[in-house]
Amino acid sequence: MQTKVIKLLIISIIIFIIGVFFMGLNKSSIYDTKSLEGQKITNIKLEHFSKKILLTEEYLKKKNFTLINFWASWCAPCRLEHPFLLKLNSETKLNILGVNFKDKKNNAINFLNSYGNPYDELVRDDLGKKSVNFGVYGIPESILVNKDLIIIKKFIGPLSNEDYKIIQKIIK
Amino acid sequence: MIIKIKIKILILLAIFNFSIVNANNIQIDQSKIFKNIRCLICQGQSAADSNSEFAQTIKLVVRDQIKEGKTEKEIYNFLVEKYGEWIVYKPPLSKANFLLWILPYLFFLSGGFLIFLIIRKKKHN
Repeated sequence: MQTKVIKLLIISIIIFIIGVFFMGLNKSSIYDTKSLEGQKITNIKLEHFSKKILLTEEYLKKKNFTLINFWASWCAPCRLEHPFLLKLNSETKLNILGVNFKDKKNNAINFLNSYGNPYDELVRDDLGKKSVNFGVYGIPESILVNKDLIIIKKFIGPLSNEDYKIIQKIIK
Repeated sequence: MIIKIKIKILILLAIFNFSIVNANNIQIDQSKIFKNIRCLICQGQSAADSNSEFAQTIKLVVRDQIKEGKTEKEIYNFLVEKYGEWIVYKPPLSKANFLLWILPYLFFLSGGFLIFLIIRKKKHN
């Protein structure tokens, strides 16, 4: 009887360990914050890039959708996604809010002069603290929110042609 | 006279000691929080260990929240809300992770039980 119990215990522990490894190894270990999709963004107070005003939730409620794009002039992948942002700028239902992340003002202006300005409004986040409120952990990152400030989609990394099509499909 | 001086010295020492303890508490809380926050863009480093852009920003945010008078739990809740449970090394007990908390105890108990059975069996033999 006791031998049976011991055998059963050992076998169940082995099965459990194999099960844990099987589940763990099949699970993607790449971290992202896409789980935040569906959450509401609150407490928005962003300093305007050139004017002495704060952009709040009210700005995001102006159009059906807002794409919040976190970028910097020193960020090489930001240059890759820039043409897609310029194309999205023509969408009437979409506002594009640029958040200039830990950047020098002059460098940011030069960047926009060279590559074009796709943003309807531009705000600054000199220390990167405001971006924490959006769950940003690296740039470029873009967040598509609706009028109710709900995160519809998060794009981690530079926007691609596929992402461009996804955004177009969502806002239409 | 000597007793009075001794009492004064004791009071002074008590005050001095109290302020040191207080200062340490503030320091400990901050570093304790940094150690429990995972640097999301680093390999196995906490915010305390890392000097990456992300870790620096998180440290600034945590310091701000401490200044605002937020508790350790409130700070963790804020970060978990923004980055998910992965951001903290010690996630709070929830439905999703209760096994993670309970299993070590279960293993401990079943291991003890197993040893007990083996010893008893050997004694019988």
